[in-house]
Amino acid sequence: MFNSAIGKDFDYREEFMTQVSMTVNGQAASGDVEGRTLLSTFLRETLGLTGAHVGCDTSQCGACVVHVDGKAVKSCTMLAQEAAGATVDTIEGQANADGSLNVIQQAFQDHHGLQCGFCTPGMVMSAAALLKENPKPTEAEVRHYLEGNLCRCTGYHNIVKAIMAASGQDAEAIAAE
Amino acid sequence: MYNFEFEKPTTVADAVAALGGDDAQALGGGQTLIPTLKQRLNQPGKLVSLTGISEMNGVSVDGGVVTVGAATCHADVEAGAGAYPALAALAGQIGDPAVRNRGTVGGSLANNDPAACYPSAALGSGATIVTNTREIAADDYFQGMFSTALEEGEIITAVKFPIPDCASYQKFLQPASRFALTGVFVAKYGDNVRVAVTGASEEGVFRWAEAEAALSANFAPEAIDGLSVSADGMVGDIHGTPAYRAHLVGVMTKRAVAAAH
Repeated sequence: MFNSAIGKDFDYREEFMTQVSMTVNGQAASGDVEGRTLLSTFLRETLGLTGAHVGCDTSQCGACVVHVDGKAVKSCTMLAQEAAGATVDTIEGQANADGSLNVIQQAFQDHHGLQCGFCTPGMVMSAAALLKENPKPTEAEVRHYLEGNLCRCTGYHNIVKAIMAASGQDAEAIAAE
Repeated sequence: MYNFEFEKPTTVADAVAALGGDDAQALGGGQTLIPTLKQRLNQPGKLVSLTGISEMNGVSVDGGVVTVGAATCHADVEAGAGAYPALAALAGQIGDPAVRNRGTVGGSLANNDPAACYPSAALGSGATIVTNTREIAADDYFQGMFSTALEEGEIITAVKFPIPDCASYQKFLQPASRFALTGVFVAKYGDNVRVAVTGASEEGVFRWAEAEAALSANFAPEAIDGLSVSADGMVGDIHGTPAYRAHLVGVMTKRAVAAAH
C-alpha cells in the first residue's frame, strides 16, 4: 500500500513480520510476530490467552511462567520466535478434560493458596514443573523452587501447603512461621 | 524494545555468517539481553539466536575435563556436570528454576556481568573458552566489567573445565537480583589452588593471589586468617559498601575451603 510519509509502497507486515507456529495446549497455533515480540505478548495478544500474567516484565516475578517443551520459562523473557515449533503449555490447558480443576489447581482452592490471584497462573505452572521433576518434594524444596515466583499478597504459606497437598503429602503438618 | 530482525541458525558456520552484519548481535538464553533490550539500553539490528545449534548443546566428560557446550542452559549443567560437583552446584544456584531453563553458560561468559556466577567457575578452574576461531585461557579472557577478549562476531562454542581434586563455590546471595553480592570459587589442583571472586570488584571477576599462595601451602580455612583484600575498587551500592564486600571475600573464601574438603 502507498505510504505518503515516505512516498512509496510500504507494507509493515511484509517488511517486519514473520509467521510463527507452535503447539499451544495441544492445539496448533500460529500468528504474525515481529522480531521483538515476546512469547507472553504472542500468547496474550495474538492468541488471546491472557492467563499468563505480565507482572513485572523484568523476569523477577514469575506470573508469566509457562512450559516450553515441558520446561518452566518466563514467557516475558523469551522471544516468540524462539518458541517456533515448540510445544507450549499455559494455565488455560491445565484443567482436566471435563473442565474440572486438576489436582494442583484444586489444592490451591482447597488450601486457599491465593488471595488476589495475580501470581496464581505462574505459581500453578511452576508447581506443575516441580512435581513433574520431583513428585514428593520436601517443604524446603517447594520453597526453594518457588524462588522465582513472587506473591505480593505474601500468601506463600498456603501456596506451599497447596503444593504439598497436591503431591499427596500432609499439608497440615506444615507449621506456620 | 526497539524492533530487530531475528535469525535462528542451526550450525556455528551459519551463525558466524549471520553475525557478519554491522549491527547483529548473538542471543543466548536472553535472560540478561532481553531485559536490557526492554530498557532500550541496546539496539541491535539483528539478533542471532544460538540456542538452535545442536553442536553447541550438551555436557560431556573426557580425560578429566568437563566440556560444556556454550548454548547449554544452567539446568542442564546442573543435571549433567556431576563429574564436577562444584560446577553443577554453581549452575543450580543461578537465578531461579525458570531462568535456569533458558540462560546459557556462553551467554553468561560473553556478557561477563561483574556479579555473575559462571565467570568465577571459569577463572577459578583455569577453564578454556573455545570460540569459533580459537581457544582462550580464562586468565586472558576476562578483561573487566562487561568486557572480554571476544572479537566482534566471535562466538563462544564451548567451555572446557578441568576437573579439580576438590572445589566449592560459595555465594552470598543478593536476594532481589539473585546474583552474587559476593561469590568465591575455590578449586584445588594438586598443590595449586585457585581462588576466583565475583560480585565484589568494579573490575569484575578476579583471582585473589595472596589467598591462592596461602591455600596452596595449607589448604585449610585458617590459612586465610590475617589476609584481607583492600576495599579500594570494590563495588558499593545500597546492598553493601565496598568495605562490606571486601570483608565478604575473606568470609566466603573460608567457607568455600571448608566446604571443598
